[in-house]
This record gives sequence, C-alpha cells and structure tokens, in this order.
Amino acid sequence: MNYLVGAFKPPCNVFISFADGRNRKQVVIEPIHGKKVEHNGVKIELLGQIELYFDRGNFYDFTSLVRELDIPGELYERKTYPFEFSSVEMPYESYNGVNVRLRYILKVTISRNYVSNIVEYQDFVVRNYTPPPSINNSIKMEVGIEDCLHIEFEYSKSKYHLKDVIIGKIYFLLVRIKLKNMELEIRRRESTGSGPNTYVETETLAKFELMDGSPVRGESIPIRLFLSPYELTPTYRNINNKFSVKYYLNLVLVDEEDRRYFKQQEITIYRLLES
Amino acid sequence: MATVKMIADGVEDEEKWLTAGIAGLQQNAFYMHRALDSNNLRDALKYSAQMLSELRTSRLSPTKYYELYMRAFDELRKLEMFFKEETRRGCSIIDLYELVQHAGNILPRLYLLCTVGSVYIKSKEAPAKDILKDLVEMCRGIQHPVRGLFLRSYLAQVSRDKLPDIGSEYEGDADTVVDAVEFVLQNFTEMNKLWVRMQHQGPAREKEKREKERNELRDLVGKNLHVLSQIEGIDLDMYKDTVLPRILEQVVNCKDELAQYYLMDCIIQVFPDEYHLQTLDVLLGAFPQLQPTVDIKTVLSRLMERLSNYAASSADVLPEFLQVEAFSKLNNAIGNVIEAHPDMPILGVITLYSSLLTFTLHVHPERLDYADKVLGACVTKLSGKGKLEDNKATKQIVALLSAPLEKYNDIVTALKLSNYPRVMEYLDSETNKVMATVIIQSIMKNKTHISTADRVEALFELIKGLIKDLDGTPDNEVDEDDFKEEQNSVARLIQLLHSENPEEMFKIICTVRKHIMAGGPKRLAFTVPPLVFSSLKLVRQLQGQEENPFGEEESTTPKKIFQLLNQTVETLSNIPAPELALQLYLQCAEAANDCDLEPVAYEFFTQAYILYEEEISDSRAQVTAIHLMIGTLQRTHVFGVENRDTLTHKATGYSARLLKKPDQCRAVYACSHLFWVDDQDNMKDGERVLLCLKRALRIANAAQQMSSAARGSTGSVTLFVEILNKYLYFFEKGNPQITVDAIQSLIELITTEMQSDSSTPDPSADAFFASTLRYIEFQKQKGGAIGEKYEPIKV
Repeated sequence: MNYLVGAFKPPCNVFISFADGRNRKQVVIEPIHGKKVEHNGVKIELLGQIELYFDRGNFYDFTSLVRELDIPGELYERKTYPFEFSSVEMPYESYNGVNVRLRYILKVTISRNYVSNIVEYQDFVVRNYTPPPSINNSIKMEVGIEDCLHIEFEYSKSKYHLKDVIIGKIYFLLVRIKLKNMELEIRRRESTGSGPNTYVETETLAKFELMDGSPVRGESIPIRLFLSPYELTPTYRNINNKFSVKYYLNLVLVDEEDRRYFKQQEITIYRLLES
Repeated sequence: MATVKMIADGVEDEEKWLTAGIAGLQQNAFYMHRALDSNNLRDALKYSAQMLSELRTSRLSPTKYYELYMRAFDELRKLEMFFKEETRRGCSIIDLYELVQHAGNILPRLYLLCTVGSVYIKSKEAPAKDILKDLVEMCRGIQHPVRGLFLRSYLAQVSRDKLPDIGSEYEGDADTVVDAVEFVLQNFTEMNKLWVRMQHQGPAREKEKREKERNELRDLVGKNLHVLSQIEGIDLDMYKDTVLPRILEQVVNCKDELAQYYLMDCIIQVFPDEYHLQTLDVLLGAFPQLQPTVDIKTVLSRLMERLSNYAASSADVLPEFLQVEAFSKLNNAIGNVIEAHPDMPILGVITLYSSLLTFTLHVHPERLDYADKVLGACVTKLSGKGKLEDNKATKQIVALLSAPLEKYNDIVTALKLSNYPRVMEYLDSETNKVMATVIIQSIMKNKTHISTADRVEALFELIKGLIKDLDGTPDNEVDEDDFKEEQNSVARLIQLLHSENPEEMFKIICTVRKHIMAGGPKRLAFTVPPLVFSSLKLVRQLQGQEENPFGEEESTTPKKIFQLLNQTVETLSNIPAPELALQLYLQCAEAANDCDLEPVAYEFFTQAYILYEEEISDSRAQVTAIHLMIGTLQRTHVFGVENRDTLTHKATGYSARLLKKPDQCRAVYACSHLFWVDDQDNMKDGERVLLCLKRALRIANAAQQMSSAARGSTGSVTLFVEILNKYLYFFEKGNPQITVDAIQSLIELITTEMQSDSSTPDPSADAFFASTLRYIEFQKQKGGAIGEKYEPIKV
C-alpha cells in the first residue's frame, strides 16, 4: 500500500505481492472506482540499493532489473500482472545500520503523459545463508601486562552463526592486581565510505559478565555466551566497496580502581541455513 | 575514640545496607510472584534475576549476607516449583536451561542456572552427572569468596538429593558413584579455595575480624564433607583411593591454619571409624604436612578418642586394630608430628601422648609395654625441660597418669609401668601430691592388694610427693587440714599393704619404713603408728604359728620385727611426740609379752618409762600415760619377779608423784592391780594390794584436808567411794588382806564424811555410793559363797 499516492488521490491503487517465495509474484493495479487510468506503459524494477546517510540522497544501485508489465493503454478495471525476475543476483543481505542502509526494492512505475508517473515501492528483505565453514579455528591467545597480569583465553571457534553459542575459557597465569570483574562484550563495527571519508561506528551489543571477584593464579573461568538474544547480522565485508560490518569479542577485565584491561578479537558471524 | 565510632558506624551502615537489600529483594520477589501467578516466564526470569542481583553486594558481613541469602533461597524454591510446572506445561527444560543463561550478570545467572539445573536433573532428560558437572564448572565464574561460597553452598544444597549415588533414582550406568563423588569433591575444593582466600580480602588491620567471619562460614565448606560421608556408594576402596587422598590434597595444599584444623577435624568426625582405621597411614601422613600453627594435638587427640571409643564399642572390631597396627602407626605419627613441630608447646606433646595412652589402653589393654612406651616417649620429651610451669600441661599429665588407673582399676598394673614414676617427676610438688592422692584413692576404692615389696617400693616411688618433702624444701604454705588429710590417707594406705607371706610382709614393712623415715617430723606422727600396727599384726601372725615355716635361720622372727619396731618408734621421740611414742612402746611391749620375749618387753617398758620421765611433763598427759603403763603392765606376765618388781615399783612411784592429789589417788589404787593378777597364781600379793589401797586412802584423806583448807569445804567423797569399790573387788577376789572390818570402817567413813557439815554436796558421788551399797546388798542376797562372804558387812 502506498499512501504517498493516496495523498494526491491517484486514480488507482497498486499492490505488489509475493505469492510465494521467488515465483508467481504479481502486481495488481486497481483503478479507483469508475476512473480510468491512461498510461504510457507499466514497468516493474528490482533495485538493490546502498544508501549512505552521510551522503544523503545518493543511492548506489548495485542491482537494477526491469520488466515491462504492460504496453501503453488504458485501464478500467483491476488488472493483475504476474512478474518474474529469474536468476537475479542478490549478493548482499539487506542491512539497516547506523550510517548505511542496504535495501532491495520492487518499484512499479505507471508512466503517464502530462501528469506524474504513478510509482509504487515494495521493500523486501534478502538473507543469504552460508554453509558451515569448512575451516573454523579456535581463537587462542595469551596476553598480559608484564609482571602484573597474564591471561590466556580461548574461544572455541572464530566463526559463529547467529544462534551459536560462544564457548571458551580464560586462564589466569598471573594475577597481581585486584580484579573486580570480567565481562565479554560483543561489539559491532560498521565502517562506511572509503579512504579519508571512512566513517566508523562501533556499538556494544552485549555486555556479558563472566566473572565476579578477584581470581588467583591458576584459576580458569568458563565462557558460555548464547548469541541468540542479541540482534546480530552476519559479518559483511566490503559490500560493494561501500561499507563493512564486523563483529568483535571484547574481553574486559576491571580492577578495583575501575581501570579496564581489554583485548578485542574479531569473530565472523554467518547465517546458517536453519533446517 | 575515633576507631570505636568508626566501627559503630560500620555496624549501623551494615544494618542499613541489609535493610535496603532485603527491601530490594522483596520488591523484585513481589513482581516475580506476580509473573509466576500469571505464568509469565519472561517476567519471572527478569524479576528473579533482579531479585538475585541484591546478592551481588559486597557491603555485608557474612552473617548479614547469610540473612539476605536465606531470603533469596526461599524465593528460589518458589521459582523452582514454577520451572517444574513450566516444563509440565510443555516448555522444554533444555530451552529453559539456555534461557536463564541469557542473564547478563553472572551471579543471578548462576543462581538461576542451579535452580533450573535442579529441575533438569529431576526431569531425567539428561544424565544427572552431566548437569552437575556443568553446574559445578560454571560456578567458577564467581571468584569473590563470600558470594562464591554461598553460591556453591546453594548448589550443594539443591544437588544434595540428586546425586547419582548407588540406589538413587539418578543413578546412571557404570561408575555412577564416581561422578557423584567427583562433583562433591570439586565443589568442596573450590569452596575451600574461596574460603581460604577470604583472609586476603580487604585491609590487613581487619584481619582478625575477617578470621572470625571466616570461622563463621566454615560449616558451608564442611557441609561438603558431610555430603560425601552420606554417599552410600563410597565403599572403603573408593574412600581410600579417591575420596580421602583428594580431600587431604586440598587440605594440605591450601596451607591455611584455620582450614586445615577445621577440615582435618571434619574428616575425623564425619567418616566412619572403620574407614579411619583402614586409612590410618594416609590420614596420619597428612599431619606432619600441615602448617606449624595448626592445633594438631587437638585434632589428633580427637582421632584417637574416636578410635578409642570405636574399640570400646565392640570387641569384634579389635582384630581390625591389630591388623592395621594402629598403635604403632599412631605412635609414629605422633613422633613425626612432634619432630616436625619443634616449637610445639609441651602441653601439646602431653595431650598427644595422653590421647595415645587412652587409645592403647582401650585397644590393647593387655599390652602394658605399649602403655609404658607411650609414657617413656613422654618422659623423653619432658626431659631437659625441668618441672612443668604450665598449669594446663600439668593437668594434662594428671589426666595422662590417671588413665591407666581408671582403665585397670588396679594400681598394681600401673606399678609395672617403669616410666610411670618418671613422668611424675615432672610435676610440681603440689600436683605431684594431687596425683599421689589420686593413686591412693584408686587403691582404696578398688581395695587393691599390693602384696610384694617390689610393688610397694614402686608405689611409694609414685606417691613420694606425700611421703616426703620434694626438692628438699618443706612447703610451709600447706594448709594444716589438707596436710592431715593427705597424711591420713597415706596412713590408710600403709594399713592396706599386706602379704600372707610373713617373709614378704616383713620386706614390705622394711620398704615402707625406709620411705616414711624420710618424711620428716610432721609426717612421722601420721605414718609411724600404722606401720607399727602393721608390724604388730605380723608379729601376731608369726606368734600363731607353732614353728618357723621356713626352717631357715635368717627368716623373719618376731625378734627381728621388734628390733625394727624399737628403732621405728624411737624416731618419734625425736619429733618429739613422746605421748605417741609411749603408747606405741606399750603396744610393742604387750606384743612382746605375748611372744614370751621378756627382754624385749622389758626394753620397751624401759623406753616407755624413760619417755615418761624425760619427755612427758604435762600433768594431764602424765595421768594418761600412767594409766596406760599400769594397764599394760598389769596384763604383762612374761616378766620374772625381779623385772616385774622393778617395773611395778617404778609405776607406783610415778603414781605417787603425780601433781594433783585426786590423780595421785587414782593412780595409786590402780597400781593395786599390778599385784593381783587373776589367772597368775604367782602374782597375788594381797599385802601389797592393801598397801596400795591404804596409801590411796591416805592420799584421798589428804586431798579432803587440802580442799577443806583451801576452800573451806571438804570436797567430794568420790575418791573414797572409788577406793571402796577397789576394796570390794579384791574382797570378792579373795584377797585375804581385805577384811570385812576394813570395808566396814570405810563405809562408815564415807557416811560420816557425807553427813559432815563441811562436805560439798555431790549428787553423782551420792548416787555412786548408793549404788555401791546396793551392790553389797545384792551380793548378800545372792546367797552361796559370795553371800556368805558379804553377810558380815553391815550397810
């Protein structure tokens, strides 16, 4: 339903619907009671757009396909146009970020003489599923501050699907500071633009407390963080040279004076086809 | 002042924080209840997590925190019920188990996880062991001591009835008990680590307070051991191979005094005795590895106490003790512990040995050598330390020494312990006396027969604190009554020493004598009499035997005993205690008389007389002595005429020289008996009897006159009546010198005296005289020879 058209009382209503999945989609044009619609032809476009907010108004269409639905003529009554975009490439997932939006649109245009065209949009969401990665190494690392704090942490995998669970542990090799607690953060880093015009936006999506109190040398603290409660997307790398979305696990240790010691590790998030 | 105020503020603040915590908890609990009532899982999780967030506080002392925890605990029971219903309504328990883990804060998350875990185990959708393992692992996230302890305590609490023990409904496949044990052990280990770590939290100046708080929390840790002890599936092998070594490993490694002391004690108290017995090596092996400050003696003592009680519980278990060589293991362990802790106070050492002694007395009552070994080890440790100054240590030694007495009820057994007296050496003289008294009381109570000189020797060695002044310094502080009591008990003890065998008895007497002679003047007065009577008893025993049963020349004879007695009694005169010595001499004399030993008897009389002459100056004592001498002499028949004359002459002489006239009079008429002995025909000298009586009369007369001169009244006629009675006695006995006339005139004399104006009325004398006259009357009426004899007397 397009209310924009309604404001100018267009002579017809346009409905775009997906009957089921990819096929047998249709556009319905229904002239308003008793009116006729003259047109110079009806077309439907499938657009894949990247919209950068700082570059307002500019869309980058990375996909654009057109199908003619009708030749010029007049419409008196409801008419249904089935349409089909077969073998369209939709390499990117829909994304609605802080500084960038990637969206897919179906755009129906009824071209008219003298008056403005009637345009109707329909957004749709694209999700791309990934098979489980063949290589999925654990992340293991020893970090520390000399003679002060030495820890070894391990996350069982480097790639996680959206409903995955992060399993791991932190092993304290040396503790000479009074720790208060430790938490694991999931951070999303969205970078848009390129070169000097790169905008980076980081959000902390999860703060998950792993430890309460001060451990001593030799303690090993388990990690089990379920990803499902958080609104994550897969990792996007350099989408159409316009933006990237990356995820990081940030291990934060806080001492009694509220000083924070942290170590950030990138993880890859992917969308696993749910069976 | 400032500090006090600060502390007061601290307490006040804490109270405030607790109130705030409870309020927050209740508020969230309220919303949680609402969610539970409306089956709103999401809200239930949200508010329960918020409620549990109150437990994240660091501001409360453990006691206050406990209060908060208990409230949360109650709420969690409701939540658990809800989870259970939720699964019944179709919510997957696995989902639930995941769902609660979404909570961002770890402490609420883990409380919720444990709660759901409990339901999960009950649902049996996964093996109990897996869930338990997961829970106990996840709890590692809480490293804060107090919060961690309470969380794990919660875990222990909810899992308690869900362990995959043998026979439990959660029992899994093979080796399922191992999992249960593993779970509890792990929880225990982690809790102990947290508990130990607690002391390092916060400023050093509050260490004492913290240790106090820690002590309050100890049962949270110990509870795990209790749970372990309740697991049915732990058999001896598993206990030996897994449970005990693991616990001990933790105990030793934690290197913490408080924890080591408490946990060792806990192990000893919660696990069965037979397990201890079978794992003594392992258990005892841990002791030397403990921190030097740990109060090992108490713990070890309790172990031995338990084992002692176990041994005492049934004779059936004793073979077990022998089989595992419990004694030598304990003995070695104590040795090792003492060696490992050279600074251990002597009290600790003695306590340990005391417990070991109790143990061996219970377990190996027949092995006196063990007991002696223990005492010996004790002596070794005590040596070089001099007398004990420590009051408690002294008490402990008394306990140590009393143990064998109580066990055997028989000092004889204790006397076989060669180290027994050596231990006593280390007591101060006061305590030594107490111990000696205990020993004597034991003998009295049990009527123990001590019948050989060797034992007597040993016994006196033990009680020498009572027998003589130790250290050569007479204790002037001693209370007179206490001293008397002590010495009286020694006296009673001496009376108890007895052997049927005269030879042995003589040895006993010699031994006792040897010891008491060292006792000093104050004691001799108490100890010599019983010895003398003991000796006299022996004399009488020998006297009853017709011939020498030994047939040996050197054997015990009354003569030898008398020689000894003579020397013994002589010591009394040095004290001086002349009256007592005199009495004893007379006793000896009488015994010698019965043995027909004239020279001996004479010697004793001589000694008595000498004492009388030289030492007894008090007139009252003289009177007593005179009568004793006369009485004894009267019964003595062994003397020849010459000796007897000498002695009676002397006695009469002494009598006449008494200070008071009435005393003189009475002594003199008593002397009359010396010349008239009924069953001895050669000792009936009527003339001298009469002389005595006449002399008595003269003295009585003189007494009357003295009285009349001094006071204006003649005084009582009692003496005359008494003399009249003597007359009647001898008259009746047939003394020809006593005539009716004499009696008659005496009666008249008395009557006249009584009627005289100057006489003092004396109702008792009147009554005496009246009854004497009645007697005469009575004899008259009897008729026969006696009646005839009396007939001429006119009353």
